[in-house]
Amino acid sequence: MSATAAEGWIRKNQEQNWLTRLLDWKPFLVVMCLLPAVALLMVFLTYPLGLGIWLAFTDTTIGRSGVWVGLENFEFMMEDPIFWNAVFYSVFYTAVATVGKFGLGLWLALLLNNHLPFKSFLRAIILLPWIVPTVLTAIAFWWIYNPQFSIISWVFIELGLRDSNIDFINTAWPARWSLIGANVWRGIPFVAISLLAGLQTISPSLYEAALLDGSTGWQRFRYITFPMLLPILAIVMTFSIIFTFTDFQLVYAITRGGPVNSTHLLATLAFQRGIAGGQLGEGAAIAVSMIPFLVFATLFSYFALARRKWQQGESND
Amino acid sequence: MANIITRRSILGAGAGMATLAAGGGAYAQSRVQAASGVSAPNLPIESGATLRMLRPVRFVAPDEEVFRANCARFTQQTGVQVRVDFVGWEDINQQTAVTANTGAGPDVIIGFGDAPHIYVDKLVEVSDIAEYVGRKYGGWMFVGEKYGKRHGTNNWIGLPFGGTAGPLVWRKSAVNAVGYQTPPSDLPGFLEMCKKLRQANKPAGFALGNAVGDGNGFANWLMWSHGASITDAEGAVSVNSPQTLAALNYLKELYPTFVDGGTISWGDISNNQAYAANTLFVTSNGVSLYFALKNDPATRAIADDTEHSVMPLGVANSWPSAPLTLNAMVFKHSRFPNAAKALLAFLMEQPQYEPWLDANLGYWAHPLNAYKDSAVWTSDPKIAIFRDSMNNQFWNGYKGPITVASGQANAEYVLVQMFAAVASGQSTPEAAMREADRRARRIFRR
Repeated sequence: MSATAAEGWIRKNQEQNWLTRLLDWKPFLVVMCLLPAVALLMVFLTYPLGLGIWLAFTDTTIGRSGVWVGLENFEFMMEDPIFWNAVFYSVFYTAVATVGKFGLGLWLALLLNNHLPFKSFLRAIILLPWIVPTVLTAIAFWWIYNPQFSIISWVFIELGLRDSNIDFINTAWPARWSLIGANVWRGIPFVAISLLAGLQTISPSLYEAALLDGSTGWQRFRYITFPMLLPILAIVMTFSIIFTFTDFQLVYAITRGGPVNSTHLLATLAFQRGIAGGQLGEGAAIAVSMIPFLVFATLFSYFALARRKWQQGESND
Repeated sequence: MANIITRRSILGAGAGMATLAAGGGAYAQSRVQAASGVSAPNLPIESGATLRMLRPVRFVAPDEEVFRANCARFTQQTGVQVRVDFVGWEDINQQTAVTANTGAGPDVIIGFGDAPHIYVDKLVEVSDIAEYVGRKYGGWMFVGEKYGKRHGTNNWIGLPFGGTAGPLVWRKSAVNAVGYQTPPSDLPGFLEMCKKLRQANKPAGFALGNAVGDGNGFANWLMWSHGASITDAEGAVSVNSPQTLAALNYLKELYPTFVDGGTISWGDISNNQAYAANTLFVTSNGVSLYFALKNDPATRAIADDTEHSVMPLGVANSWPSAPLTLNAMVFKHSRFPNAAKALLAFLMEQPQYEPWLDANLGYWAHPLNAYKDSAVWTSDPKIAIFRDSMNNQFWNGYKGPITVASGQANAEYVLVQMFAAVASGQSTPEAAMREADRRARRIFRR
């Protein structure tokens, strides 16, 4: 920058118009830059959520805008055994499926973390169940669990082990377990691959030191692998619980909440009441009732499993 | 500015040529008798009118071709451009709701049976054209009138276009093998036959899962054939009754005769699959099952062995099945209501309606008596039963008015789940009935 040019620039600065000055003003610039993001969040996140909560306090139906009815929808839900059944099954489904997914997923991750032939190929195909669209999984399981055409029933009958079809989804408890089975099958890859990524960040020197100390395999898992994995476990588990609790497609495609409403999750029941049944207000109330469960699950994962200072080499508070 | 009368006189002048050109030879010698001397309502078409229409997608390709050709002919004769959009079956209710709520969109929607009753405030009355085609074509059949008129009045809010009921579908060889010529039409006899079929390993099966069409159809049959109904004639909930209990106890005996694996998780497609796989021998379904079997060489033999008959009547005095009904409505927000009504009347007239009915092969049955002589009903003796679908004395929500609530009770499977709870042994008949009554009271509270 030459001296003469700088002189000229200074004079020009004094003649700036209001627009230039405005754009040079930092608070304004910050607001302007944030505005698109805020607008997107408001339009696609805050507004639908707010509308959903508002609808929960009205008696809106498809075809008629409703009036404010206060807690009426919630009062009805409290007395509705179908709603309580959905609450029970949502919690049960999430709890059992999460335990299943994490147990098997962690095991799979540990296996994949070893040196295996065709390691990359194996890791790639493990992801397959998670990559296929959920609806395709659901249709496949719908056939597997079909009361007349189940391949599992067929195999058992052909082998002479049974003489009638297996009851997968015709009565309440078998249907509940069958759906959990399908969800676990679908969810394992996500957990396994995420945990595998976590395993690979653990420094081999820790294992070497433990080996020199004469540790057993279980001790290495218990005192090195598991604690080091906890932070990523917390994140993955939070996501997994949210996905499982709000699951919709598997249940809707395989049982539609049947037999006799025994496999309704809160999400499917909300859809059934709100869209199919046309009671938007009631459906919204059921959907809103999922929020406390999700907040609790998130906080639990976050605080119970969050990163501790000792994992970074400091002492706990 | 053309109107409906001038159009018809033009048509009349060259009737033979026009019909041959448009519909082909099939209906040149139509046997449909239209009453003469019925004058059409005077509907001066608004100048510059254009129309947009929604209707459900076709069953068979010729449905769409003939429908579009009919609309094109309307354009040709009146200068009114007509755009028809074909919408998936699951989407038509939602699109109707949006159209009604926003007051924008299509002028005319052909939706399903109860839609005009739900959106009645947003619709133009169509009494003039409904009475006109009724007088001209032998009068409206029972369900046509039921779905067309606003409850308790003579005002037409919908124009039923066609309907189809669900008969008993059975394998002749199986029924004959257990000693019957045709399935008995009384309830104890029917139960007896199902027991024998199960013993012969050729079982019956009816959907008890959350299946919109088949599940509700079967539950309604159980109710109506025992004299039970979800509401009384005034629309008050009447589930809790000795008749309902009788129906539940009947199912309790009937269900163990069903196909191995049970039917409580069945969707709308399940009985079609089982029937086509020689696993199921007696069920209830619309005409689509028969045509699917007939058109596939692999299952042609099953189609040849298949018969249709009316579901056992029990105490009902007509076929206890509510036809799935197409119901056209004209919206108040339309800027061209006369053109819209003229189009609907035009489509119901014999030169348009009969080729369309024939093109549908029996998937849809007429709501106007005169069309009973259409060629389609003699094209295949096995579909003749569908001809009188619209004469049934039952509708969704029977015995009450057709309302939002009757549609909701259907969509939430209140009756289906009552029966499924008993069939699965999950509830006693009394408990299941009380639960259904509780749910129905909630739904019908307004």
